[in-house]
Amino acid sequence: MIPMNRFSRRRMLRGMFGGAAVTVGLPFLDCFLNTNGTALADGQALPTNFGTWFWGLGLNPGRWEPAKPGKIEALNVELQPLAAYKDKMNVFSGMKAFLDGKPNGVHFSGVQGMLTGTVPRGMTADKPSVDTLIADVIGTRTRFRSIEVCCAGNPSHSQSRRSGAVVNPGEVSPAALYTRIFGPEFTDPNAATFTPDPAVIVRKSALSAVTEDRADFMKTLGAADKARLDEYFTSLRGLEQQLALQLEKPAPLAACTVPGKVDETPIGTEIEMVKANHKLFAGLLAHALACGQTNVVNVAFSDATSSLRRAGGTQTHHEYSHEEPVDAQLGYQPTLAWFFNEIMGSLAFFLAQLDGIKEGDKTLLDRTIVMTATDLGYAKLHGLENMPMLTFGSGNGKLKTGLHIAAQGEPTSRVGLTLQQVLGVPVSNWGTDSMQTSKTITEIVA
Amino acid sequence: MSHVKKTLATAAVMLTVAYGGVALLAEDSKPTGPDAVTRRLSQQQYRQVITDVFGPTIKVGGRFEPDIRRDGLLAMGSSQVSVTASGLEEYDKIARNVASQVVSEANRDTLIPCKPANAKQADDACASQFLAETGRMLYRRPLSKEELASRVKVANDAAVGLKDFYSGLGISLSTMLVSPKFLFRGEVAEADPDHAGQYRMDAYSKASQLSFFLWDSAPDPQLLAAAEKGELNTDAGLKKQVDRMVASPRIEGGVRAFFTDMLGFDEFETLAKDSMIFPKFNTSVAKDAQEQTLRTITNLLITEKGDYRDIFTTRKTALTPMLASVYGVPLVAPDGGWKPYEFPETDPRAGIISQVAFVALHSHPGRSSPTLRGKAVREVLLCQKVPTPPANVNFTLVQDTKNPQYKTARARLAAHATDATCAGCHKIMDPIGLGLEEFDSGGSLRSSENGVEIDNSGVLDGVKFTDAAGLAKAVHDNPAAPACVVSRAMAYGLGRLPAKTETGWQTAMQDGFKQANYRFPDLMRAIATSPEFYRVAPPTMGALDNPASKLAQKTGNTQEIQQ
Repeated sequence: MIPMNRFSRRRMLRGMFGGAAVTVGLPFLDCFLNTNGTALADGQALPTNFGTWFWGLGLNPGRWEPAKPGKIEALNVELQPLAAYKDKMNVFSGMKAFLDGKPNGVHFSGVQGMLTGTVPRGMTADKPSVDTLIADVIGTRTRFRSIEVCCAGNPSHSQSRRSGAVVNPGEVSPAALYTRIFGPEFTDPNAATFTPDPAVIVRKSALSAVTEDRADFMKTLGAADKARLDEYFTSLRGLEQQLALQLEKPAPLAACTVPGKVDETPIGTEIEMVKANHKLFAGLLAHALACGQTNVVNVAFSDATSSLRRAGGTQTHHEYSHEEPVDAQLGYQPTLAWFFNEIMGSLAFFLAQLDGIKEGDKTLLDRTIVMTATDLGYAKLHGLENMPMLTFGSGNGKLKTGLHIAAQGEPTSRVGLTLQQVLGVPVSNWGTDSMQTSKTITEIVA
Repeated sequence: MSHVKKTLATAAVMLTVAYGGVALLAEDSKPTGPDAVTRRLSQQQYRQVITDVFGPTIKVGGRFEPDIRRDGLLAMGSSQVSVTASGLEEYDKIARNVASQVVSEANRDTLIPCKPANAKQADDACASQFLAETGRMLYRRPLSKEELASRVKVANDAAVGLKDFYSGLGISLSTMLVSPKFLFRGEVAEADPDHAGQYRMDAYSKASQLSFFLWDSAPDPQLLAAAEKGELNTDAGLKKQVDRMVASPRIEGGVRAFFTDMLGFDEFETLAKDSMIFPKFNTSVAKDAQEQTLRTITNLLITEKGDYRDIFTTRKTALTPMLASVYGVPLVAPDGGWKPYEFPETDPRAGIISQVAFVALHSHPGRSSPTLRGKAVREVLLCQKVPTPPANVNFTLVQDTKNPQYKTARARLAAHATDATCAGCHKIMDPIGLGLEEFDSGGSLRSSENGVEIDNSGVLDGVKFTDAAGLAKAVHDNPAAPACVVSRAMAYGLGRLPAKTETGWQTAMQDGFKQANYRFPDLMRAIATSPEFYRVAPPTMGALDNPASKLAQKTGNTQEIQQ
């Protein structure tokens, strides 16, 4: 018998196929994975994933920060829904967005500072978000470089942007996302047989004609348009890569199971609808990560100016933030707190989907880092101070967890910088103006 | 200018480009012009082009990349967007779907002008014929020899791989539909022989500029033929085409597209209304409401050749039974379709501002908003920018919604406006929107809020009014209203804001609109026949090597010089 270390998957396919479309049974699982399913057989760790989870309007100050810096002993009241993840999370308090005299684009400046390291001068962003920078490093060998979902029905709620005007739109329909990931073009990494589709071979070859359009098309453009159209060609390469991957037998992933088909659901801003769609999205994204379809996922639970609302209510979450009185006894806005509780509950559900997929003695969450993002500190004042920031998972042990980092008015971009660094982005200095930082949060780096 | 001079001017420019481009020119003779704009086709434009080229039986299904709004228009955003990875995935799906319908057994005989010698094999001649003709329509110019050869090769290779001529042709067509040459429309610059040192768009870029502006679609064969013959480079030839296009019924598509963009109707796609509070408001009502406003506008501006300002006051509209129920008016329409309707003088509805589309779009999901409506009148209809609200505002004054003192929006806003930080901006929005308070968030009429009678009085730029009709009249008479539609129409057509050097042109368009008694098609004609509409900065280095530009030289300058 040929020793397995001389018998790579790619070599085997090349040898047996010779480029022809045939069906072949492959011996795997025990060959390609190590015995406990936590790594590929060649000893490489399963890939590290990254995710962002965005909601609008921050949290109520004083109600989410842990009591003391350092090890988190207990979570504060508004983070209680996340109690199960106390030891797998980090909480960052006292971080802010610096405007540097620029006008405050309410609901916009804060989240741009957090995710792009730059507070734009107006309401137009001009820098890529941290997830795309990370995806360019860890997401280049998957079918989808990243997957975005928007739970409140509007694809433009997505906070993932490759440049100012190039925003990765989010799927709004879980049924459509199911088809996109697990529809006819899905190749089950654990399937017993593998048949490359001759139509895919033809399509891939045909797309090279579009690539050839590049040279003469770009010549007609000015510098700004060239940069913009570069994004198009990056996307084209992504599409070609998707097709290339469909022609390869994927590496088996023990934890990959194909979820049940998702039917059409009502889509809107009513919070029960949003929660229901988020649940479906969360399940699909967890399966997509477990099945190696992508390494980067971005969830927008609501828009920044949160238009979540209760059925029959005349006001949205955002309107409550402006108009609900602070309860004199409680010291906070009770309806607003109710919305936050629902939102944190949904975040917990998302994490449960990742943590529920076991890979040996670890879970999918353990090889992932999820970073939360929001647009404000204290919603009642629409302020940019003390903006809540959380991370979950250690990214294959790259991050220490269970810590509360209590900063004193430092830029939120420090979190983005640190996560880029631990995930392999070669960056030592990130951000613009006062958001620029080279200060890694060393306390959380493993 | 004599032919000799033209030749010299062109030659000088060619030399300039060949020897290092514009940087070598002396500063005072540096060619000027606004930068070329590259725009992504909108969803509607994509659909219209497919219908124009292949007919209405070909369906376009799928999710398009969202457009973005800049400076009040999606048309402006179209020159700033690209295509994301997931967006391209969708374009690819849509393209393959369209292509497979075109080459399907049901459609191939009508849509493909030739038959292969053997349907199981590649057929160079038939593929060439189809791809050249279709490519010309999709790329809005003839394909270069190399471009055609590349696509024919794709068709042939795929036909061999799949053992089917039509499948191969479909694959090749789908690659044209995802090509940036189809999805984006650029502006190819060439020297303007009539204005030494200036550049203009080449004839094919002109044809697209004209066609997307007037018809919201790609040039038709007649327009492409006019471009090919160089006719668009003469005033008479351009005027002839503009007159033809403005007189065509297709002008309605262009006018609809412009007002759909200007009025922000794309936001209806994600508009939410609480079904418990507004049981009558659903997606069909939302669709009909947009259609009602567009019908009101096109009827007045095109059919009746009316004054643009009257869209704010006209009582003539059209309704469906479903909409009539929201308006609470009787309508006899046994077929359930559209019927002309005129609101009586006693009805508070007058003009598009009081129609369901406007009042519902500029409201919260569960209640009206004088602030949002006032902001929309300022920003959408008068082109005035309202500053964004400040951060760190204390809302304690309006927090207590249970306070019996603040039962109506007017009362709550009055309390809010006592905060000096907020008052400045609210003062320019709320008094306008309060004139529309008798229409709830779902667009229906109401006379009270929380048991208190609604006061509809307000003020716009010093003009006081007591009801929606009064507000309508105030907008109608406000000089900013016609000025706004002129500047929006120019930006819409250009895909950019007019440059500082184009102030004179702007003024001329404003004055001309007034002299034409504010007739909108005349405004479109005036913009489309302005040389400034086709002015563009010199090409970047190397641009003249590309096939589009080579064709431009051949069919633009050279053609004229030969005449």
